[in-house]
Amino acid sequence: MDNVYRVFYFHVEEKVKKMNYKTIAIMEAIILIAVIAGFAVYTMYFTKQSVKLSGAGATFPAPLIQKWSQVFNDLTGVQVNYEGIGSGGGVKQHTEKTVDFGATDPPMKDEEFTAAPGTLHIPVTIGGVVVIYNLPGISVKLNFTGEIVADIFRRNITRWNDIRIRVQNPNAALPDAGIIVCHRSDSSGTTKVFTSFLSDENTVWKNNYGAANVISWPQDSLGGKGNPGVATLVSQNQYSIGYVELSYALSNNIPYGKIKNAAGIFIEPKVESLATAAAAVSLTLPAGDQSWASVGSYFNLHTVANPGESYPITSFSYIIVYKELNVISGMTLEKAKALTWFLWWITHDGQHYALGLSYVSLPEAVVAHNEATLRMITFNGQQVNNWT
Amino acid sequence: MRKRFPEFLSNLISKTRIISGKKTATLRIRLSGDYFFKVITAAVAFNVFIILGFMVYKIIEKSALSLQTYGLGFLLGTTWQPFPPDPSRSPVFGALPVIWGTLVTSAIALLLGVPISLGIGLALSEFAPKRFTYAVSFLVELLAAIPSVIYGLWGIFILIPFLQNSVYPFLQATLGFLPMFQGTIRGPSVLTGGIVLAIMIIPTVSAISRDVFAAVPNNQREAIVALGATRWERAKVVVSYGRSGVMGAIILGLGRAVGETMAITMVIGNQFNMFTSLFDPGYTMASIIANEFTEASSPPVYISALMEIGLVLLVFAIVINVLARLIIWRSLKIVRGAEMT
Repeated sequence: MDNVYRVFYFHVEEKVKKMNYKTIAIMEAIILIAVIAGFAVYTMYFTKQSVKLSGAGATFPAPLIQKWSQVFNDLTGVQVNYEGIGSGGGVKQHTEKTVDFGATDPPMKDEEFTAAPGTLHIPVTIGGVVVIYNLPGISVKLNFTGEIVADIFRRNITRWNDIRIRVQNPNAALPDAGIIVCHRSDSSGTTKVFTSFLSDENTVWKNNYGAANVISWPQDSLGGKGNPGVATLVSQNQYSIGYVELSYALSNNIPYGKIKNAAGIFIEPKVESLATAAAAVSLTLPAGDQSWASVGSYFNLHTVANPGESYPITSFSYIIVYKELNVISGMTLEKAKALTWFLWWITHDGQHYALGLSYVSLPEAVVAHNEATLRMITFNGQQVNNWT
Repeated sequence: MRKRFPEFLSNLISKTRIISGKKTATLRIRLSGDYFFKVITAAVAFNVFIILGFMVYKIIEKSALSLQTYGLGFLLGTTWQPFPPDPSRSPVFGALPVIWGTLVTSAIALLLGVPISLGIGLALSEFAPKRFTYAVSFLVELLAAIPSVIYGLWGIFILIPFLQNSVYPFLQATLGFLPMFQGTIRGPSVLTGGIVLAIMIIPTVSAISRDVFAAVPNNQREAIVALGATRWERAKVVVSYGRSGVMGAIILGLGRAVGETMAITMVIGNQFNMFTSLFDPGYTMASIIANEFTEASSPPVYISALMEIGLVLLVFAIVINVLARLIIWRSLKIVRGAEMT
């Protein structure tokens, strides 16, 4: 082993020996002082007086929240640092009060909600899971029902020309080829949303696989890490099927299928049909300071009065904050105002930035619901801001 | 080292006597430079023990829950279900498929990577002209410096399409009578994982085996050449002389293959599966941790089970490294012994 390193460092050593050690020491000292001085100047002049807010949580809305924080900083000088560490981490940090706000894709479960009393749920954007596939020569969007998708993913339907798929797609020339199932290998909220939908649509699925961030998939399926991992698997394997987040499919032009909703219509996943779903459930949403566990990890349209043109695998992504902000250490009135202002801004003007990043902006009804929630925020018992 | 330590300590004691005693002038001279350097480096070196000890302790502590709950069944079970469909049932964790996946991919890596590495080692130490040796050594070491995520990306976008379309169908057509080449061909599979690992262990194994061959005393070569040996026969003598060192090199390569995470996660298919065919997707210990650890916040036994996989991996790594050290030491002793006589 030693020889390897000896060969490697031989030349370096030679050079160092030729230089004067004193010169090296002086150079290092100068560089060190310059760096320290530069840093001091930087902290004095560039971060002067700015209010800093910290948030952490779900990775799905992270690009959007980071865009918001950048624009909001330009507008107001308030700095918002958001770390995408996953929904579980977001809830945990919110409960431990180590961040000013948390973010999570599924609403907090009842036991999580009781562990963090006084939590407000603020839906900030909408996500949807789409079924993607790789079928050479087929250009029409395939029609799926939840029942069929579950049968495909549990390997009960193993060929594309299975009668159950053909009945729903009379116009598509489905090939006589085996289906390759691709899924997320990492622990993911997208899997949770997708499998929750499958569980509600197919009892065999529910009893054998269930709904969770990680499930035990049928043995001959393929797992990829993250949305890009699944999308790559699908694009590289002909006759494969998988699922990804809609915003990922949209920004990467991946073909996806339509899914039948509770009204019996095959709905193409797109910005409009997701917003319609959110508007359809907005009537049933709990008040901001209540537990949102009943909303579930996706909107179950079977419980909605008039689903219409709603896409059936749609969900909110939430920011969670405390109703009384003084529970967070280091919170000041100034910070509380900035935070409430930020939340108000992202649910109103900030929504315009959603579409550009392939996110879905909130429908009017949900924005109105959020307004009521944001008015509940207090600091030391006083309402932080009173908007009209 | 064992002998020097007490001496070093007694040095410290005599120094303190000087401090409490008389002259500050001698004190400054004696405490400056070398002595301080010695103390500081010793302290830094001692950190290694603390860090490793702390890691082992923490991993055992964190995996205690899973150790108690599942016992030996953890190593033999084949079901991994952190969230059973029926919420009233408790989670099930069995790590055999990931252990199996780790062993098989590492075995493939050794099978494919070692002959190539030994070839490189031999060429560099025995036959190649000097200029060529520098160039190849440099490139081999460059291979070691490439981040593993790059190997993964290259595996996905270049290696997989190539293997899936050309190599695997050919393998199945010619060797399809073996169970390990049967079944549907999948691009991301155990075999692909093994091939990527093989490429990744080449730098380690070839660099060490080059050194081992270079350490073979010249009189051995002279003797066999004097007997009229061909180059091939000379190479055989060199390899057999350094065989235990080569074993050490191989085992260090194995260590690298067992612990590799990022690249293998990207190409193995990540499927919890007691595969029999090498074309099936599989899973390794390192990649299940990488995949599932980020969001494994509840139930507590879930994190503990992932920690226990980490513990198994750590035990693997320690055993492999200790074995390699022992073998390399032994081989160096033999070589040095030969030089003396």
